[in-house]
Amino acid sequence: MRILAVSSGGGHWVELLRLLPAFEQHELQFVTVNATYRHEVEAHAFQVVRDATRWNPMGLVVVAAQLSRIVLKTRPDIVITTGAAPGLLALAIGKLAGAKTIWLDSIANVDELSGSGRLAKWCADLWLTQWEHLAKDGGPEYAGRVL
Amino acid sequence: MIFVTVGHQTPFDRLIHAVDMWAAANPGISIFGQIGDGSYEPEAFPFSRWLSSEDFGTRIAASTAIVSHAGTGTILQVLMADKPLLVLPRQAAQNETRNDHQIGTARYFSEAGLILSIEDETEIAGGISHLLSWRPSTTISANASPQLINRLTSYIQLQSPGKTRP
Repeated sequence: MRILAVSSGGGHWVELLRLLPAFEQHELQFVTVNATYRHEVEAHAFQVVRDATRWNPMGLVVVAAQLSRIVLKTRPDIVITTGAAPGLLALAIGKLAGAKTIWLDSIANVDELSGSGRLAKWCADLWLTQWEHLAKDGGPEYAGRVL
Repeated sequence: MIFVTVGHQTPFDRLIHAVDMWAAANPGISIFGQIGDGSYEPEAFPFSRWLSSEDFGTRIAASTAIVSHAGTGTILQVLMADKPLLVLPRQAAQNETRNDHQIGTARYFSEAGLILSIEDETEIAGGISHLLSWRPSTTISANASPQLINRLTSYIQLQSPGKTRP
């Protein structure tokens, strides 16, 4: 299977790396926003896109174009993200291209799902929160945490 | 050596100013700061605005204690390095983040005994002096919980490869 693993910087990236054992049998490609992260995943393909938040529409257009190019080239079977906005775009684009999509909302969102996490409902085949009290029928599923 | 860091998104002058005041009153303890694009520059300790991921890891490894915002990336990296951490959560009301999620993050990790947390910058002196004689309750594993890894592994295996694409 080809897996595209996408995240923003900081906690999103650190949480994504903690999922690595789930991807070990597969062909894995990382996409993130900070070129200095490359040394942490030397064994895998690695690409950088521009960083943009939900409050920067022009930035998101650029990121969407970059992600579309990557998805068309990689043709992933699975797209997984730990957020935030670029990850959400990657799920939407991946789903259009026929991939199965996984959203894991950050452990940081203890009291409510993130804004991008709520929108992920519409493009995630597997929609996960890391908090039992945020899981519900028709809502995100709880299936453990990154620690 | 104490490492104080605000992460790589938005500035957090409230934390850097408080630590600077503490450092001026406690010159015997060396500090290094990563301050982002904050407008307040500390006078009592050396700093860098940004650090590469490699240099960030080196700074954590070389420190005896870390003081930071309540960002998950910093918290997890410090816990993986098994170092004591004190956090001051960013507040949306002070334009330090978009929402108050860091308050919940700080509460979860501090209630688990993994980090120390203060509610506002006036508590910095007590927080740092506690930090210097404190240890996290446990070390954390290198990866996500077996439950989460198993859920993802089985979900991925359920998808058959080589499907026809639109």
